[in-house]
Amino acid sequence: MPMKFPSFRSRRESFPEKMWTRCPSCEEQLFNKQLERSMNVCPSCGHHFRLPAPVRLGQLLDEGSFEERDSGLVSVDVLGFVDQKAYPDRLVAAGLATGLRDAAVWGFGRIDGQPIAILVMDFGFMGGSMGAVVGEKVARAAEGALAAHVPLVIVSASGGARMQEGTLALMQLAKTMAALERLRAAHVPYVSIMSDPTTGGVFASYAAMGDINLAEPNALIGFAGARVGADTIGQELPPGFQRAEFLFRHGFVDRIVPRPDLRRELAQVLRYLVPSWQEASRG
Amino acid sequence: MVDRILGRGRDGKDARDGRDAREGKDGGDARDAHDEAPASQTPEEAKAAVWNRVQLARNLRRPRILEILAVIADEFVELHGDRLFGDDEAIVAGFARIDGHRVAVIGQQKGADTEENVRRSFGMPHPEGYRKAMRIMELAERSGLPVVTFVDVPGAHPGPESEERGIAEAIARSVGLMTRLRTPIVTVITGEGGSGGALAIAVGDVVLALENAVYSVISPEGCASILWRTRDEAPTAALAMKMTAADQQALGVVDQVIEEPADGAHTDHEETGRRIKVAILRELDRLAAIPVDLLVEQRYRRYRSLGAYTELTGPAPTPTVPPRGGLADRLRGLIEAGQRAMPAPLQVGRRHEPPAREDV
Repeated sequence: MPMKFPSFRSRRESFPEKMWTRCPSCEEQLFNKQLERSMNVCPSCGHHFRLPAPVRLGQLLDEGSFEERDSGLVSVDVLGFVDQKAYPDRLVAAGLATGLRDAAVWGFGRIDGQPIAILVMDFGFMGGSMGAVVGEKVARAAEGALAAHVPLVIVSASGGARMQEGTLALMQLAKTMAALERLRAAHVPYVSIMSDPTTGGVFASYAAMGDINLAEPNALIGFAGARVGADTIGQELPPGFQRAEFLFRHGFVDRIVPRPDLRRELAQVLRYLVPSWQEASRG
Repeated sequence: MVDRILGRGRDGKDARDGRDAREGKDGGDARDAHDEAPASQTPEEAKAAVWNRVQLARNLRRPRILEILAVIADEFVELHGDRLFGDDEAIVAGFARIDGHRVAVIGQQKGADTEENVRRSFGMPHPEGYRKAMRIMELAERSGLPVVTFVDVPGAHPGPESEERGIAEAIARSVGLMTRLRTPIVTVITGEGGSGGALAIAVGDVVLALENAVYSVISPEGCASILWRTRDEAPTAALAMKMTAADQQALGVVDQVIEEPADGAHTDHEETGRRIKVAILRELDRLAAIPVDLLVEQRYRRYRSLGAYTELTGPAPTPTVPPRGGLADRLRGLIEAGQRAMPAPLQVGRRHEPPAREDV
């Protein structure tokens, strides 16, 4: 028997939308329209708010150029995982919160006229965690970029591998890296953009391995959760530890790019990367 | 859902028992003592059984690469240093001769006492450890040597130095290298398979595991502190993550489970080593017969197909336009999606065929 749902209007339509957002960094009250105009960067302190995947795609790509692929992929609860909530319930709740089926969206689009394959993660969907669907989409995006001979761009926003999928989530590190190795062997360029946060298994696989690594200012980027690290080794962590600038200082990020410049800088590096591999594939 | 997992778990175990029978192994009493009973087991008993295995996997006397090589290798030449920063003694690497086979060996090593543990960072490798491992793997590829890895690690070192020198980059690069290395790779999970720090040397053509080894995406304590908000629930998390060797075999992450001597590997290094040796030699012989192009392609497909998902048809959400429907429509759509997703056929552990792209 199909379930019956009461018909009611969404809260969003019946009440005026929340109009103000408080900046978590400088505590300034920001008018939402103003925040949107400034690409979700706080105009007073430069704090970069986390972006839903559709907003990120809208900011980076030429208008109307995005064609999504594999939008129907959904995770299967293989382990029968129940913590304080059952995993399938978490998936449904995350879907309701984001309007997405999992934490990544991929497809083809154009940036400044240049065709690319792009995958964008959404932290709002279970902390952007990587399970079978995210891993599969990254692999398909890499294979799609390879088949179409267009550069791959991935924007990461993730707490790491999805615990609810156990070691099968861990295996996505191998799945994604295997696909990226083939991309690299075929001289197809890959640009990794790390946004807040990019940690754990996502950082320890495709996010760290761009031909070019870009990062947003002050993004949390690290392998071990700060809590895990402090617990295990009982050591005070240095200030600014695991921030984009820390990674930059230690040589793992090419450029830290404020969000308003991201589209322009991405288009700029792609113009250098694309001719070289096109000639190589012809030659 | 529990039945589903148990059902597949039993299938896995049957296969394992069959193999043991062929080898004429004496199963011993420990297996019966440790083995999870079927459906009659209460959740508390199941939790205790899994936690017992986690403790066995972490037993300080458990044999690691050096103890195992002492039993199975006729010769061992340890090699040191990553040529970039230093030598990480949490990873042991080098050449070994096992029953006449020359191979490259790599594994994590914990210390036997506090002094050695400090020297070896309690078996938690820094980036230079994985970079040494990669150096030896590339050398093995060029020299035509198969690679055998022994995995026993709580996790890669989580400290500031490790992050500064790029632990994530080292793990990602090592995993990537192993997916394309043009020589056979046999991996044995001998103790704790701790997340990325384990996987960095555990991408193999075949993955074996000792009976009381465990393999997980995060430590049970870490999982419990995030999802249950207390480390005390670690046994609950361990059970939920299905981290025992038998469960991992059922999921397709591990290919074969190697029986341990009656009271566990730590009680009898000789016998444990002998059983590991038999399994490694059998796999080396089998893999040597496979042309290297096919070998690498099969390895790619092994990892390409791990993970369970299904594909829904119907109107795809268009992410560039936020959903316009009311909450009720979205709720209905998502719950129906969830209902369709849950009883879907599993795609776990399917090997040697591409993942289904069609609707299920």
